[in-house]
Amino acid sequence: MKHETIAKPVVEIERLSVALPDGADRPYAVDRVSFRIAPGQLLCVVGESGSGKSMSANALMGLLPEGVRVSNGRILLDGTDLLTQSEDALHDIRGRRVAMIFQEPMTALNPLMKVSAQIEEVFEAHGLLTPAERRAKALSLLEEVGLPDPPRAAASFPFQLSGGQRQRVMIAMALALEPQVLIADEPTTALDVTTQAQILRLIARLQRDRNMAVMFITHDFGVVAEIADYVAVMQLGRVVEEGTVEQVLFNPQHDYTRKLIAAIPKMQAGMRAPVTSAPILTVEGLTKTYRQGGGLFSRPREVHAVQDVSFSLAKGETLGIVGESGSGKSSVGRCLVRLQDPDGGRVLLDGQDMATLRGEELRRVRRRMQMIFQDPYGSLNPRERVGRIIASGPIAYGEDPAKAMAEAADLLEMVGLKRDAAHRFPHEFSGGQRQRIGIARALALKPGIIIADEAVSALDVSIQAQVLDLLQSLKRDLGLSLIFITHDLRVAAQICDRVMVMQKGRVVELGSGAEIFDAPRHPYTRSLIDAIPGRAHEARMI
Amino acid sequence: MMEFWNRFRQNRGAVVGLLILLLIVVLAAAAPLLYPKSPWSMVQRPFLAPFAMDAFPLGTDPMGRDVASAVAHGARVSLLVGLVSTVVSMLIGVPIGAIAGYFGGRIDDALMRFTELFQTVPSFALAVVLVAIFQPSLYSIVIAIALVSWPPVARLLRSEVMALRSREFVEAAILSGQRARTIILRQILPNTLSAIIVMASMMVAAAILIESSLSFLGLGDPNVMSWGYVIGAGRTVIRQAWWVSFFPGLAILLTVLALNLIGEGLNDAMNPRLKRRGK
Repeated sequence: MKHETIAKPVVEIERLSVALPDGADRPYAVDRVSFRIAPGQLLCVVGESGSGKSMSANALMGLLPEGVRVSNGRILLDGTDLLTQSEDALHDIRGRRVAMIFQEPMTALNPLMKVSAQIEEVFEAHGLLTPAERRAKALSLLEEVGLPDPPRAAASFPFQLSGGQRQRVMIAMALALEPQVLIADEPTTALDVTTQAQILRLIARLQRDRNMAVMFITHDFGVVAEIADYVAVMQLGRVVEEGTVEQVLFNPQHDYTRKLIAAIPKMQAGMRAPVTSAPILTVEGLTKTYRQGGGLFSRPREVHAVQDVSFSLAKGETLGIVGESGSGKSSVGRCLVRLQDPDGGRVLLDGQDMATLRGEELRRVRRRMQMIFQDPYGSLNPRERVGRIIASGPIAYGEDPAKAMAEAADLLEMVGLKRDAAHRFPHEFSGGQRQRIGIARALALKPGIIIADEAVSALDVSIQAQVLDLLQSLKRDLGLSLIFITHDLRVAAQICDRVMVMQKGRVVELGSGAEIFDAPRHPYTRSLIDAIPGRAHEARMI
Repeated sequence: MMEFWNRFRQNRGAVVGLLILLLIVVLAAAAPLLYPKSPWSMVQRPFLAPFAMDAFPLGTDPMGRDVASAVAHGARVSLLVGLVSTVVSMLIGVPIGAIAGYFGGRIDDALMRFTELFQTVPSFALAVVLVAIFQPSLYSIVIAIALVSWPPVARLLRSEVMALRSREFVEAAILSGQRARTIILRQILPNTLSAIIVMASMMVAAAILIESSLSFLGLGDPNVMSWGYVIGAGRTVIRQAWWVSFFPGLAILLTVLALNLIGEGLNDAMNPRLKRRGK
């Protein structure tokens, strides 16, 4: 995969600067950035959120958001400067010579159009081929991107396909006009790990077969290790380091690159002594079925989200629940705290069955089990001050408001924020800081168990590492038990004492971290671990 | 707050609307000073044309009453009725919508069927019947307008609350032991505020129109001068004395237009992401 380039670059970006509107947090989204990509070469642009990586891709496509403009530099496609082209000329270049795929294939596809029609539309927009030829071409493209049963896929609506299949359709659309350059903006971030591995293989194959230049934007160094030829690391709008995979990943020079690579959770379970204390929580035969629709003449659709799940949690233990989307891992968490009512089974918290409690009794017991949510933006009320957000739990249980507010300030300090953060609103904080606020809120009621539902998934990798450290140390200091729900096996490996692997609502394997990650017994667990990007190269990354 | 004003200011129509509304409010506030006499008293010969005499720039009506005085005093009634009836209909619609949206299920079903009961009757006909039954007075008019205009408020609130109900911060509030009342009041309602304010500004305009229509039909409060009443009184003589109906009509048009412009500006300023984009 890693060959020397002699070919003339097809894309050359020279000292490109993209100016942000006045009042943004920095003057330039992209600051004097230069790249070049040759045919058949894959350049990975890596960086954390806000590093300007997507903005550089959008500038290349001529798709900058309102108020943002290129202030300097050149973008050369085969020697012509795109920045000097008219809107009409750009329209012709987009799709035909440069194509793009996005992170979320559901929102990028028209939900009311059949898949084949959307692909045919690409040709139509450029006035190419006859309708019959378009249809035939659409089918062959769907075949090329590896969709099973292309005729059926062509006749489907986007919602009838899975996330990975939708992304394949997006790729087929992008390839339709045989572009020289493909821009992929986090194309696998929204996908499950096994699907991600397939899509990465597909992109690598197409790039080779068609000799395309690919600009691949990602935040994940594992993905970089899998597919990149060249790597550019961006930080705050600047390229801080670039070079071959060999140079950047295995011998990074810049401090920022080193920090990022060091922050990646390592895929090995530490040797931990098994936690032998008495169980604080015992779950027996937990079952949850969702029923949708169903009218006079149709039977409701049933989804068995959780089927006969049993486990126990010892005091002071961290239990990981891992699985892909739709595996029922989040439903388990929500049934435990009774945000959803389970259909069957028992949830014994210190011997008391929580699954059947109602009203005031439930409210009393529930304070002992608190939750940390996934979305650092959606989980804090934008119209409440941080202090009040944290204190409202204790106040609801009758604590004196002044005392609760003082304790909220203590908690803010404990999670690494300043005391005066209590007087500010959530929007004044970054994603990682908000997640700390969410942790402080969960701790406010002094629970014995904390359930963290994808609590670090939305965070950048360096922030993720900090939040994980915080959770670890709080757990130790306060003697908490933790249920950690995640799709990310690296994260699970790093912090969990025991791990439970779920697939389609059932537990397929439950064991210590070392058992699961070093010697998985179930084939599904093995396929999950094999699919983790960059695993083969891990040992060589510092 | 500054930021909000800056966004509001970008919509030029909204600023114009605000200026017009301010003028009308000033006119309403200053009416007893400008026209200390009752607007019902006859001050000149009937059918005096506008600008014929400096003291009566808008002319007089068939009874010799000053139209300018009627427009100024009418502004008080229209704004008062518009504002109070909107507040009352919010007081009915917001709790019903919030409760239906938060609890869902049977409570939702019951409250929504009740709401539909009001929606199925044409609202103006219902208002006419209510005022006729309760005898025309400012109170009965306000109550009637509020009773026919709360269902859309309840529907809006219900959908807003249903959307917020599944947000993580509301789930977090449930887990932290807050009771339904606290959650609705502290977590959910503050987040519906922008929708409520935008809707309210539009509803004041609608209420002014309903009040005018009622007065036009002779169902206004007989003790207060209102724009609708003047238009109604001038209706039979519109060919001889167009100005009697014209000026109060213009006042209604401007007020309603101003309120709608403001409503749109508020919408743009409070929901910047929904703003229509111009290229």
